[in-house]
Amino acid sequence: MDLLSSLSLGFSVALDPSNILYCFLGVLLGTLVGVLPGIGPTATIAMLLPITFSLNAETALIMLAGIYYGAQYGGSTTAILINLPGESSAAVTAIDGYQMARKGRAGPALAAAALGSFFAGTVATFLLAAFAPPLARAALNFGAPEYFSLIVLGLLVSIALAHGSILKALAMIVLGLLLGMVGQDIYTGTPRFTFGLRELFGGLNFVAVAVGIFGIAEILRNLENEREREVGVKEVKNLWLTREDFRRIIAPVLRGTGIGSILGVLPGGGHILSSFASYSAEKRLSKHPEEFGKGAIEGVAGPESANNAAAQTSFIPLMTLGIPAHPVMALMIGAFILQGITPGPNVINEQPALFWGIIASMWIGNLLLVILNLPLVGLWVKMLSIPYRMLFPAIVLFACIGTFSINQNIYDIYAIAFFGIMGYLLIRFGCEPAPLLLGFVLGPLLEEHLRRAMIISRGDPMIFIERPISATLLALALAAVILAVLPSIRKKRDEVFVEED
Amino acid sequence: MALNVSKNDLASGAMFIAFGAYFVLESTRYEFGTPFRMGPGFMPVVLGAVLVALGLAVAAKGFGKPDDEAPAPWPWRGIALVLGTIVFFAATIRGLGFIPVVLISGFATAMSSTRNSILQALVIAVGLCVLCYAIFVFGLGMLVPMFGPWLNFAGA
Repeated sequence: MDLLSSLSLGFSVALDPSNILYCFLGVLLGTLVGVLPGIGPTATIAMLLPITFSLNAETALIMLAGIYYGAQYGGSTTAILINLPGESSAAVTAIDGYQMARKGRAGPALAAAALGSFFAGTVATFLLAAFAPPLARAALNFGAPEYFSLIVLGLLVSIALAHGSILKALAMIVLGLLLGMVGQDIYTGTPRFTFGLRELFGGLNFVAVAVGIFGIAEILRNLENEREREVGVKEVKNLWLTREDFRRIIAPVLRGTGIGSILGVLPGGGHILSSFASYSAEKRLSKHPEEFGKGAIEGVAGPESANNAAAQTSFIPLMTLGIPAHPVMALMIGAFILQGITPGPNVINEQPALFWGIIASMWIGNLLLVILNLPLVGLWVKMLSIPYRMLFPAIVLFACIGTFSINQNIYDIYAIAFFGIMGYLLIRFGCEPAPLLLGFVLGPLLEEHLRRAMIISRGDPMIFIERPISATLLALALAAVILAVLPSIRKKRDEVFVEED
Repeated sequence: MALNVSKNDLASGAMFIAFGAYFVLESTRYEFGTPFRMGPGFMPVVLGAVLVALGLAVAAKGFGKPDDEAPAPWPWRGIALVLGTIVFFAATIRGLGFIPVVLISGFATAMSSTRNSILQALVIAVGLCVLCYAIFVFGLGMLVPMFGPWLNFAGA
């Protein structure tokens, strides 16, 4: 099937009225959680997974994807208007976007962000459509050793890109892998770490872990220091860009799209890194670097395009290999599995309507987002004044009811409480929660492929080095770790992430 | 600060060591197997040992580097009420039924914020109850008794 007929199949799925409706609901919810404090897309998607269970596969995944990239848009709105990035990738946008807002140029800043994101989203969607099929074909030849090496690569690169202590990130991954092993052993059926509870034989509930670590832990974190937010900008006027603004944002948007598309494929927060990379690139290339930090429109347009492009291309490893690039993608795997589909290279051939439908819906979703965000920005500003103290009881209850409704299993709810406090303690002690969730999702896969590979090779670990693809992947993984610990790179990396604070 | 150590590094290191040790000890009860045919205990023992080692390294790195900032106050009230609510929800959802559990849970979590008064918490609880009913029971057709068997002595 060639690209055009595939895309037209995709659009015929995505333009189905009920799919448009759920795509709209998804981006609306995504924008909402991007705007609201203390709840990110990871927790939201985890909570909504049970709700999507009753929808068919295409509709469910279209909606969940919509939440994800909707949150990228919403996060930039709060970053610009109140200097509080709703999403970590919008942290860079806050630097210049908020300064523009203080100068009364909130409108152009929002417009530059939205238009840049739309353009980047469109380009990245086409990249996804063009590159996913050949990659999936290549991945069909992957055997157990290749998959094992690929997962190792994914996990290690995610450390190299995360900020904070590398040792702690490694430990979080290993802890995640171990937690993923709770439940019956795949080969022998031996129940492991179940405390004799039959309810744990199927493993820890994925939604419970995600909601606990990303939802409840965040609430506890916010209760440490309660303060209300100030909304500095009450009204946004003049949404349109001047000709001069247009001229200034074209190149940053193009560069941002390129940077984001490439970095988005990398595991572990590629979209965060890409916005930082784009910002520093613009600052270096600009003829007026002194304007950066004081309201340069290039500093908004570039990073916003980059993080939106990355949000789209991060679907590539998920849809072709079944390997998540970051926690939200890990949740998407959960969504695929809930729908009875194993994500991986086979999806494109066995479920072409699903595969192309999701891709086409991303473009439609991006279009909906521009419509939602620009004219309706006043509504979002009002949303900002919802006090947190009214919001978090809703999050707690939705988490409990939603998780309970999946399996009617009360141990899943106890698990939320356990992972809530565990996540809170670990975050408080300076550990990033994202690697843990990645490890948790990939743990069972890692073990399965390792054991299968060892059976193939009759217990000889050299199989991972003798196979060329596997050896290359492992070499890349090693390179990623070495690069991350090299002192000079470490320093640079710290510099990049320091700007976030 | 009396000691010249990072309390955060020590504490997180200790958590990693504790978890690693648990997984190693527990998985010694499972069959270890050989590299050719790994048993259910193989991966957990290896990874648990790695986690203990990483925990030790994290803790060791904390020496000589005290934390930059003073730790935030512990939100004891929030921890107790939020976690307590979740456990309460799990323990009673089957017995008490949807409406009483959501009302009580909503009220208790709202009270974990020092900024909510009792009246505000009540309003939030009732509002949430209506909202959750609309979304989960009416909208999604979730099957759960409105008033559970524990309350049946009153009605039918």
